[in-house]
Amino acid sequence: MQLEYFQLIDRITDLNLVKQTITVEAQVPQHNTIFEGHFPGYPIMPGVLLIESMAQTSGWLLLALMKFERMPFLAAVKEAKMRGFVSPGELLTVQASILHEGSGYAMTEAKVSVGGKLRSNATITFSHVPFPNQDLRGHMDAVARRIGLPQAVVP
Amino acid sequence: MSSTFDQVATIIAETCDIPRDTITPESHAIDDLGIDSLDFLDIAFAIDKAFGIKLPLEKWTQEVNDGKATTEQYFVLKNLSARIDELVAAKSA
Repeated sequence: MQLEYFQLIDRITDLNLVKQTITVEAQVPQHNTIFEGHFPGYPIMPGVLLIESMAQTSGWLLLALMKFERMPFLAAVKEAKMRGFVSPGELLTVQASILHEGSGYAMTEAKVSVGGKLRSNATITFSHVPFPNQDLRGHMDAVARRIGLPQAVVP
Repeated sequence: MSSTFDQVATIIAETCDIPRDTITPESHAIDDLGIDSLDFLDIAFAIDKAFGIKLPLEKWTQEVNDGKATTEQYFVLKNLSARIDELVAAKSA
């Protein structure tokens, strides 16, 4: 997890394009300036970052399903629930599945677990468009390789 | 069995918290009911699920942006309902 670069996903551990599901891991850093303010003396992972981890996980699933021809952008978050604290150093397992594939948009259901216990879940809506430029496409390809997206999925 | 318009109006009322009795077949989803594009995604989702179709929102938006169609053709509810009926018919054909 590289919070400074807003890259919350470390590795993809499972991707099933038939079932339209993905599982990733994300290691919460032991030390980060975010925890100095959230909260002093009682560091916990901000809920918005748990939501972002679910959004990024969903995004990788959508990218794979759309064969990297389109880029999903976060549009809405519904029913986001923070069910338990996440502390520095914990290993997150983030899972997402497709709830609906519409025309130009998609909805996912995602959840964050630690050690098998649910900590957060949400229903997330994305709009998706053709990649706006090659720079972004190249960046996403590079990140895809880093986090272990199966290369067969990246055209 | 309720008409397509009735189902669409109920979906809009419930999704966007708009009084059902203010929604008519002549209502324009955007101009009259004030539904924005993001809220319309929720409506499209509910319509897709209810009718087992996929509203071609991207195609419609492109046609409007290109000047090949007007928003009235797709977003006045009687017209939207007619499009839904066409999609349902095409699916079962």
